[in-house]
This record gives sequence, C-alpha cells and structure tokens, in this order.
Amino acid sequence: MAADPEADFGTPARHGAPVRLTIDGRAVTVPEGTSVMRAAALADAAIPKLCATDTLESFGSCRLCLVEIEGARGTPASCTTPVREGMVVATQTERLKKLRRGVMELYISDHPLDCLTCSANNDCELQDQAAAVGLRDVRYGYDGANHLDAPADVSNPYFDFDPAKCIVCSRCVRACDEVQGTFALTIDGRGFASKVSAGMPEDDFLNSECVSCGACVAACPTATLNEKAVAEIGTPQRAVVTTCAYCGVGCSFRAEMRGEEVVRMVPAKDGKANRGHSCVKGRFAYGYAHHGDRITTPMIRASTADPWRPVSWEEAFAYAASELQRIQATYGRQAVGGISSSRCTNEETFLVQKLVRAGFGNNNIDTCARVCHSPTGYGLKATFGTSAGTQDFDSVADADVILVIGANPTDGHPVFASRMKSRLRQGAKLIVIDPRRIDLVRTPHVEAAHHLPLQPGTNVALLTAMAHVIVTEGLADEAFVAARCDMDEYREWAAFVAEPRHSPEVLEAVTRVPAANVRAAARLYATGGNAAIYYGLGVTEHSQGSSTVMAIANLAMATGNIGRPGVGVNPLRGQNNVQGACDMGSFPHELSGYRHIAGAEGRRLFEGDWGVSLDPEPGLRIPNMLDAAVDGVFKGIYIQGEDILQSDPNTKHVLAGLKAMECVIVHDLFLNETANYAHVFFPGSTFLEKDGTFTNAERRIQRVRKVMSPLAGLADWEVTVGLANALGLQWSYGHPSEIMDEIARLTPTFAGVSYALLETEGSLQWPVTEAAPAGTPVMHADHFVRGKGKFVITDYVPTDEKTGPRYPLLLTTGRILSQYNVGAQTRRTRNTVWHEADVLEIHPFDAENRGLASGDWARLASRAGETSLRVLVTDRVAPGVVYTTFHHPETQANVVTTEHSDWATNCPEYKVTAVEVSPSNGPSDWQARYQAAADRARRIEPAEPAE
Amino acid sequence: MNTREHVVAMANQIARNFVVRDRASAAEATARHIREFWDPRMRALILEEARTDAPALSPEAKAAALIAADDRAATAGKP
Ligand code: SF4
Ligand code: SF4
Ligand code: SF4
Ligand code: FES
Repeated sequence: MAADPEADFGTPARHGAPVRLTIDGRAVTVPEGTSVMRAAALADAAIPKLCATDTLESFGSCRLCLVEIEGARGTPASCTTPVREGMVVATQTERLKKLRRGVMELYISDHPLDCLTCSANNDCELQDQAAAVGLRDVRYGYDGANHLDAPADVSNPYFDFDPAKCIVCSRCVRACDEVQGTFALTIDGRGFASKVSAGMPEDDFLNSECVSCGACVAACPTATLNEKAVAEIGTPQRAVVTTCAYCGVGCSFRAEMRGEEVVRMVPAKDGKANRGHSCVKGRFAYGYAHHGDRITTPMIRASTADPWRPVSWEEAFAYAASELQRIQATYGRQAVGGISSSRCTNEETFLVQKLVRAGFGNNNIDTCARVCHSPTGYGLKATFGTSAGTQDFDSVADADVILVIGANPTDGHPVFASRMKSRLRQGAKLIVIDPRRIDLVRTPHVEAAHHLPLQPGTNVALLTAMAHVIVTEGLADEAFVAARCDMDEYREWAAFVAEPRHSPEVLEAVTRVPAANVRAAARLYATGGNAAIYYGLGVTEHSQGSSTVMAIANLAMATGNIGRPGVGVNPLRGQNNVQGACDMGSFPHELSGYRHIAGAEGRRLFEGDWGVSLDPEPGLRIPNMLDAAVDGVFKGIYIQGEDILQSDPNTKHVLAGLKAMECVIVHDLFLNETANYAHVFFPGSTFLEKDGTFTNAERRIQRVRKVMSPLAGLADWEVTVGLANALGLQWSYGHPSEIMDEIARLTPTFAGVSYALLETEGSLQWPVTEAAPAGTPVMHADHFVRGKGKFVITDYVPTDEKTGPRYPLLLTTGRILSQYNVGAQTRRTRNTVWHEADVLEIHPFDAENRGLASGDWARLASRAGETSLRVLVTDRVAPGVVYTTFHHPETQANVVTTEHSDWATNCPEYKVTAVEVSPSNGPSDWQARYQAAADRARRIEPAEPAE
Repeated sequence: MNTREHVVAMANQIARNFVVRDRASAAEATARHIREFWDPRMRALILEEARTDAPALSPEAKAAALIAADDRAATAGKP
C-alpha cells in the first residue's frame, strides 16, 4: 500500500542507526532519534496528540500523547520521548485513557461547541482527537471563565484568526519560527491568560511582521487560523496535486476543490522543492484566475486604432494565419517570429518554437528568459557544460557557507529562503554581496557574517578580488582542480587573478567595498567547509552578466565546491518555468537540449521527426527583432504569455518596434500593455486550466494538472496547435503527454521523461537518461558534463552606462514578496494590500540634498526617459544608489532603463541605469499620455447579439 | 537604435570582452561568437560597416566582422 502523502506522524523523520522496540506488543524498528510517537504511528498505533505535528519539532505542551514505558516512572509524553533499544511501550491502557479524557475535557470546556456550523467541521484535529479519546461528557460545564468572547482578527486578506477557538498549542508560533523563519508570532501571558499574538499587543496580522505564508494556518489543528475561502466556499471535496505558477522554486500544491472552484491551495508535504511550505503568492494569490479582466473570447482588429472585435476561435486562427502568410509573401520568410513564455508549460513552449521553426520556416524564436537568465545559460555552459544549476534545493541543508550574490531570496524565492534561513539558524555562515541591505542580511536569528554592499555593476571586479585572495593566499583546492579541470586554463586564470591590479585593495576604488571585508569573505568561502553560491538577476542583468556567471563558476571550481551536496552554483530562476523555456529550444540559435541549430546531426533528428527542412542559421533575439521592426523588415510576431512592452527595457524603443509591425498576435490572460499594439488577441489559460509540466530552478520537472475547464475553451497548447493547423501544419496532439513524448524523443537530457514516470516518481530532475533513469539531483559529480571544467578569464569591463553631473545616481531594480514580475497576476489579487504602487528607495543623504521626504512624488529621469513615482527614504540603499520595483504599469519603470545589455547574450542591464531624481507634482506627461492611449487601445466592440 | 547601430555597438562590446582575455585571439573569438548567435542579416550589416572607409568598429571588431563573413571557417567544428 502506498503511504498517504498527507499522513501526520507527529514528529519529523530522523536518519540514524536502526533501533528496535516493542509497541503494544508489536516489534518496531525505526532510526535512532525517532520519537515514540512517530514509531507508534509508523506501526499503525497512532497516539492521540494536539501540539505535535510532523512538520515541527516536538514541544510537549498538551499532555494528550502520554504513554506507559516499562521501567520508566509516570506517563511520559510520547512526542518528546526518543526511542531506545529494547523499549516496551503501551499506548492504550485504562490509566492512559482516563488521563487523556481528562486533558481533553479541559480543552473542550473552553472551546465553543459550534462544530456543526464551524467552517472547519470535519477538518479539525480537536474534533478528531476528542473522538479518538472517547470524550462524551464535560464535567466542568461551560460557564466558568473562558475565552469565547475574544474578538477575531480578520485583517489578513486570506485568513482569519479567531482566538475563541484557540487551544494555545503553539503550533502556529513554531511554524512561523521553524518553517517560515519569520518569528512573527508569540504566546503572550501565562497559564489561562496565555494567548497567541502577532508581535506587539496593538498589532493585528496585517500590521505585524507576518508575510502571509500560511504556515501557521496549515499547522493550526483547529479553526482558529483558517482560510477565509473555506468559510466562504465550504470544505473541499477533492484534491489535485499541481505546481505553483509563480516563481522558480516550483512549490508543489494540493489544489483543494469544490466542483470547479478552488477552495484553497495547500502546500504538498511530499513536494520535493517545498517540503510542505509555501509563500503568499502560491498559497493565496490565485484569485486572478477569475478576475473580471480575464478575456475569454478571441479578438481581432485590422488597425490598433480600432476597437477589438470578438470573433470565434476559427476566425481568429484563420485571420492570424492569413496575416502571417501575407507578411511572409510580401517581406520574406524572415519577417515574422515568435516569443515563448517562461510562465507557460514545457509542452507549450516546445510547440511555440516548433511553430516558428517548422511553420514560419525561420529561427526567429526567443523567450523572456532573454531578459533574465540568458547569461546563466551562456556562462554555465561555457565553464561546466550545462546551462543549469548544479544542485537540488535539499543541498542547502549540507552547506556550511552560503554566498548569496545579486539575489533577494526572502522576496524573490521565499520558500527556498525559508529553507536557507533554517540552515543558517543551525550555524551555517552567510555572505551577502548586494548593493542593497536585503532582509537576509539581518533577520530573526540570522545575521550575515559579511555583507559586501558593492557599487551596482561591479560584480566582476568584486569576484575577481575574491579570486585574487584565494589564489595568492594559497586557499585554492589544487587537488580538485588537477583532477577535474583543465590545468593549463587554471594556471592562466590563476596568474591573471593574482596580478596586483586585482587585489581587493586596488579594486576597492571600483567596488567601494573595504578590502579587509573582501579578504575575510573570500577566506570564509574558500575554507569554511561546504560552500554554496546562490545568485539571481543582480548577477545576470548587467552588461557583464555572462562574465559574472563565469566568474562565479571559476570560484566554485577553484575551491572544489562542485559535485556533491552542500556546494555548487545555483541560479535562482525568476519565473516558474525559465529553466524549462530555455531547455525547450526557445533560443534562436538552439534546439531543445541546447543543440546549436547549425549542427547537422541535431537538426536532422528534428527534420526527420517533423518532416520539414530547418533553417540552419540562427534567428533573431527579442531586441534584434525590435531593431529589425524599426528597420522595416520584421513585420509580424506571435507572443505567448509575455508583456514585452512592460517588462523589456527602454519602453519607447519597444513601442517603436511594435508600432512598426503589421500583425502582432498577443496570447495572454489579460489585455496587457503589449496588447494595446496588437491586432490579434488569443485568450490564454491559467495553470489551473491545463495539463503540462514546469521545470524549476533545480531542473525538477513537475506536473501541472488541470483542475478546471479553460475559461476561453482552449488550453494554451491547443491555441498554438490551432494556429499551426491554420498555417497548414496538420498537428494532431490529443494531450500534452504526447508533446512530452516528442520532447523525450528529440532531447537527450529528457530521454527518460514521460507522464507515466512522473506519475510514479512525483517529479524528476533532468538529465533523465538510461544512465540516470530516476534523474540527477547533483550534477558534475564525477566529471563535468563538458569533460574538464573550464576556467574562463573574466576581466572587469565597466558598463557604458556612466553616472555624471546630469545623472549622478545609479538606479537598480528588483521585486518584492507579494508581487510578481510585471504584476499582471498579483495586481489582480488581494495581495495589493501589501503593495499598492511601486516606490523609489533613496538614501536619506540623497533625499535631503533634493528636498525629498518619504511619500513625496519624485521625477526619475535617465538618458532613455523619465517617469514619476513616490519615494521612500531608507538607508537600505547606499548613498548614490536608488532602487525600485517594476510591478505596476502606471510606474513604467522601464521607460527609464536603457538599451545596454550583456555583451554575450543581450540580457538587458536592468540593474544599472544612471538617473537623476528631483521633486515632482505627480505622474509625468508621458505617463498621462500613455494611460489615455492605453484606455483607447483596450476598447472592445459589444458582441453581436446571437441570432 | 536601428539594427545597424545596434550591431556596431554589440560587436565592439563583444570584442572588448574578448580582448581582455587575449588580444591575439580576440578577433577569432568575436567572429565565432557572431557566427554562433547572429542571424545572417545582422552579419551582413556588420560586414557592410567593416567594409566602409571609416568603420565605427574597434580593430578587433572589424577583423571579426570580416572573419565571420567566411561561412566555412566559422561553421567548422560545430557539433
Ligand atoms: S502566515 Fe506565515 S509569517 Fe504570518 S504568522 Fe503565519 S507563519 Fe508567520
Ligand atoms: S492558533 Fe491554532 S495553532 Fe496557534 S496556538 Fe491556537 S490552536 Fe494552536
Ligand atoms: S515560493 Fe515560488 S513556487 Fe513557492 S509558492 Fe511562492 S511563488 Fe509559488
Ligand atoms: S502531542 Fe505530545 S504533548 Fe502534545
């Protein structure tokens, strides 16, 4: 019998030598360190419990779990008693039954008896345990002092706290501490007066430190902390396991349903990426799926000056196909292209690139990964041989030193951040390299050993300085290098970084980080045990993005921190399926599995399977497509699930490119900013409305399962099939599993992947091959994928974006926890209570010089353009640096960003823009004009009355 | 920027990054990069620029544009 993945064994699993004991006359063997409670549950002799749950360390407060142990005095709590060899335990004796009933009676006498009308009826551990101990009667009556009138806290948009139902078991407090690591909750008072509190007495949940991750709600055994939706919709009837569609952590969820309605999303305990945890986005922010802005009918228009005309799918496909064919007949085969989405499934992404290569007959396919992690692909392929991170997330539990560079995990990758914080609380050391004092630098019970607040744009200089220390102080692991890397390349690199001009003292002038701190951080990284590097867009979105990725890889190789748990180079991917979109052949020069289009062997494989001949020349990247559009030679584009007008740099240039095209096809959930310049709109489907797979930042392929019908009638993959068939391609996929079979057939790293295997394994980390049929958690274990690891010399080449008298400040950009990317989804959920608008963070010194105070409107201007937003004065940013997010279209932060980009991949330099900030009265003229034009472009003709 | 301006800026930037590794091989490395990642029209534009009397290209970027134009040399060795 397969174990119930949601079963609760009371205390966490342990890994130790086997220990034999007897429970209720039965022999049981469990690992050393296991509690008696867990051993009993594993032996099908579950012991009543209230304060224990296996996602938390035991606490021993409720006294319901008492047992008798031969030779021991009294009745110890089984949750806090570890097993011993030869122990003999009784879990059900008359004495125990009586004691337990007495304990339960006390709880129930102070608990409202409204079970029948309680939203958690039949989903309440108190109710279950009362039944388990056989409680029938309460001798104390219900008239004594109680907490039944305590007012509820309904401030959180997604869950309520009703203290009348609280049994003060502390599970919520411990979940917030141990699982989430936020330490927002406490038990105030003692004895009868004790109660759960969110921080200060006057704080409610919304105003507290709470980040709304939902861990306490999941841990609460009663209806005290309960999802509002359960009260509104009712308890769920069925559950379907699926994967979060927000960030690259890829949390696994049980979508708990009533009919076709999601009641709640509960993190799956056996999810290998999240291990039962979640963040506010995946847990609660799915309301956009039913937002009134969803477009559910295809629409077309001849000119963007016209209002949209709703049409049937057939008409939309036929129109789009005829336009693309007309354009190619007029301007040539290369005049059209496509953009695939990191938000869509692997199967959908694969089809979009197939449509472009096999249908359009060119390689003008790119993906939004261009603007985030394309340097990761380039840099890791060049050095290690694979365009992906080296570890699984579990690996962080074995790290002794964690180096975070250019990433803000608590906001960008919150569930992974919780796992990282848990390891840091156990004593691992932390190095943070970031211009901004991110939360991780100092958070409850975690303090970075070193925060190196470098000048934006100087990552390469800083990493070279660290390499200098490692090489010149003899800290490199030359035995590892000799065994695993090309020694000549290493020697060349070592000589290069050892040059005096690369010392931390000399480079301090560039990075502005005190040399002593750089030296100390380098020594810690090289000598502190297992050292793991985690990085994000603060590494890639620079003109030296690819160089920085290679510099990181160099450091890991030079110190032998590759190829085992606890070490490695780990890109934290922004969107849910960035890894997958890249794997699936979304780049113009590469087929799926990163095989160059010019390579005859790979190309022939696809040509044979698809029955067409393929163009052997690389196609256009997104910025090149826009340039070609401005040149007048690129005229049509199919954009799936991507809002380039809001997310890509230099909005004015994107706009010029879009305006120059004759057929822009936008395939999305909402009329996004790009759609204002589109001629065809295909309504998209959310992750709840389709089957498929996503691949997370640890190369983990996980199923997305359809829990409701697509609002527009078709899942996204079916829309691409419809367009392909209108172009005459005759595709006949019946289910996404057939697309995965094709991917497996054509992609060596996916060779062993199938829906059937995913069903049995839950998830798979590629490569999944004959040699590794269950996937590969840690890569490069015995040798690098490319053979010998390659050291690449990475000198610091400063960006062309320079500060000067007109633009004296450096702008850098990022994201916050409750919002996601361009905000299309999160802005349409109750998450807006945490972030109503983008704000500009500015240091008090710079603010004072400009006469700005928090809350004031400011004009933010660069060489590319200007916008206005409100400021927040804070010393989180260094003097000379300002910071903002780009979640709201009204802000148009990308009006300001420039066209500078990574030298190797054209990944835009979002993280460095020279700007000036000055007081302003409100939105800029451009913002006002833009808003008016957007409103005009979104008009839809009323649908014709049905005949 | 239009494509012509953009490819000039890109070629210079790529060459600058290879020059710091090894000036002698920077032109070849840049040419390989251009051949691997640029579409034929972009390569044609950079070649046009390189053939003008006063190209807005660094010496390495100019040499690279000329090397990249030789298809056979550049595709050799592709898997
Ligand atoms: S929702 Fe998360 S952060 Fe908030 S109190 Fe509960 S566990 Fe803590
Ligand atoms: S709110 Fe729930 S989890 Fe927290 S102490 Fe009360 S009953 Fe226990
Ligand atoms: S951490 Fe990422 S994947 Fe997990 S729930 Fe949050 S947004 Fe979703
Ligand atoms: S479950 Fe053991 S003391 Fe509460």
